[in-house]
Amino acid sequence: MHSQHKVISKRRLSDEVYKMVIEAPLVARERKAGQFVIVQYDEDYAERIPLTIADADLEAGTVTLVFQTVGASTHKLATKEPGDGIVLLGPLGNPTHIEKFGWAVCVGGGIGLAPLHPIVKALKAAGNRVTVISGARTKDLLVMQEEMSAAADENILVTDDGSAGRKALVTEPLKELCTLSPSPDIVVAIGPPIMMKFCAETTRPFGVKTLASLNTIMIDGTGMCGGCRVSVGGETKFVCVDGPEFDAHQVDWAQMMTRLGAYKAIEKAHHDKCHMEMEIQEKIDAEKEGAK
Amino acid sequence: MVGAGPAGLTCAVDVRREGHEVTIFEAFHKAGGVMVYGIPEFRLPKALVADEAGVLESMGVRFEMNYLVGRTRKLLALLKDDGYDAVFIGTGAGLPKFMDIPGENLVGVFSANEYLTRANLMKAYDRVRAATPIYPSERVAVLGGGNVAMDAARMALRLGAEEVRVLYRRTREEMPARAEEVVHAMEEGIIFDFLRSPTKVLGDDSGRVAALEVQSFELGLPDASGRRRPMAVRGSEEIIPFDTVIVAVGNESNPLISRTTPELNVDKWGHILVDEKQKTSMDLVYAGGDIVLGAATVILAMGEGRRAAQAINEVVQ
Ligand SMILES: Cc1cc2nc3c(=O)[nH]c(=O)nc-3n(C[C@H](O)[C@H](O)[C@H](O)COP(=O)(O)OP(=O)(O)OC[C@H]3O[C@@H](n4cnc5c(N)ncnc54)[C@H](O)[C@@H]3O)c2cc1C
Ligand code: FES
Repeated sequence: MHSQHKVISKRRLSDEVYKMVIEAPLVARERKAGQFVIVQYDEDYAERIPLTIADADLEAGTVTLVFQTVGASTHKLATKEPGDGIVLLGPLGNPTHIEKFGWAVCVGGGIGLAPLHPIVKALKAAGNRVTVISGARTKDLLVMQEEMSAAADENILVTDDGSAGRKALVTEPLKELCTLSPSPDIVVAIGPPIMMKFCAETTRPFGVKTLASLNTIMIDGTGMCGGCRVSVGGETKFVCVDGPEFDAHQVDWAQMMTRLGAYKAIEKAHHDKCHMEMEIQEKIDAEKEGAK
Repeated sequence: MVGAGPAGLTCAVDVRREGHEVTIFEAFHKAGGVMVYGIPEFRLPKALVADEAGVLESMGVRFEMNYLVGRTRKLLALLKDDGYDAVFIGTGAGLPKFMDIPGENLVGVFSANEYLTRANLMKAYDRVRAATPIYPSERVAVLGGGNVAMDAARMALRLGAEEVRVLYRRTREEMPARAEEVVHAMEEGIIFDFLRSPTKVLGDDSGRVAALEVQSFELGLPDASGRRRPMAVRGSEEIIPFDTVIVAVGNESNPLISRTTPELNVDKWGHILVDEKQKTSMDLVYAGGDIVLGAATVILAMGEGRRAAQAINEVVQ
């Protein structure tokens, strides 16, 4: 029973960020900006992780995923090598609604820059002026910058530590853009929930429509379990079938973040353990290299 | 065949036997539908289901796993572009229902589907090898009185809960679960709180389940289903501590295929409408199992798959 997709290439973009190209011709053909896939590093014991599609190559029949190693499963995923198989289902979720809004501001935080990239491209292709705000903790985590600058009209860089661009949070330039007249017609934010929440708070007083792409815990990704549910405008929504994008001003962020943290203690323990194991492996590999 | 549950597998066998080429598209990476992700290992060993799927493969049935019809490919494209002569939809019940009470999105509230899938499909019970975390539970409330509620309760016990209580609005007589399942659950030490149902889930400071506010009921006159209607006893609310709540009050239909296939007629619950031969409102498209019946049984789903196969064998020459 054929149920695996082949890893084509893997690159380590920074300490904790990997870019993986995976053979998935059907997904590459159907996917649109804003959609995601679910991956599993093996069939029996692995957790199912949702990852937004960063790019796709129709001719090569591949999709590109960019992910950060945060728990046991993402660490295991990172150990896959070209030629290995993984489980991959998609494209899932509703595509981003793309139209000519006028001026679009796209805010990406850390790893969120990867899934933001196809949306930037699509908005640009639809005739919008697109301003990107790329933010990260530090320079190393500012991924996809070449692609982003090529796709957008302007790309404003910020880092928490000032190692690249302005030393600021993404909300600072976002607020400045909102105070301009005319203000942006739409804001799309993808990043850590806390960043998306503060983007929503920043744009709310200006009445600028803001979309956020939610990254809840998911199991099936097909609407079968309800594990991905969030409260939006007082109603329960399933992120995998009703989302992943929602009006950021309507999302119950506090609830969403609590639900995301349901397994934090377990994940933290895994992360530390996996990271240690990975570091040990790297040392062994380095020593082997040195011995050669 | 869309969906590798009992309906789709049965239909596949019967159509393949007539000599037709058959492909099964399945969203998960394993065949069997609810038989692999819902019904627990202790009631239906997964190896049996895998063997059955193996038999289909040896008959020449093709399996396309990790393939979500409606997303990976639109239903109509299978007929129009991919050369299939007929389609059978056996996608199962899908969307879990919740109680619609305050606090239901707190951490520690699960649909039975989620709870059982974590345990069955991702083998979260295997603490050493499984990566999918299972919620550490001591006091579990299971809401509902069907077979799914029994499975969830018995699974919770096996995953280490100290106390598991099933809360059901009516009495044992009205329970839809099979008597045998209820007896097993009772033998294993699951506690049944009949004529009780929650009105609210209460959380602690960190947003986790801490308790249920529970109301008592008494039985009134029979309702449309012929069962005596439960009526809330006013002022009977009390608070019972729990750390986990599993909601097993049924499913609605998954809207994915109907949303992406406007030509397909469904009723107000989203069940696909079919005629006596399992044919839908679309030519060459058939449906059967839980997506037509609502939550039913393996046998009924197989029966519908078989009937659809007959119709398909008649139209596809
Ligand atoms: C916990 C539990 C216990 C049960 N216990 C019993 C019991 O003891 N006895 C009994 O007779 N019945 C039992 N049932 C009911 C029984 O399992 C179902 O009635 C039966 O499985 C329905 O079969 P089906 O083929 O219609 O759908 P399912 O078994 O639900 O299979 C549907 C399949 O389709 C796939 N799918 C869905 N959408 C798509 C899509 N768009 N594209 C591709 N694939 C898709 C799903 O992943 C799934 O594999 C139980 C159900 C549950 C949940
Ligand atoms: S992930 Fe299961 S319903 Fe959304």
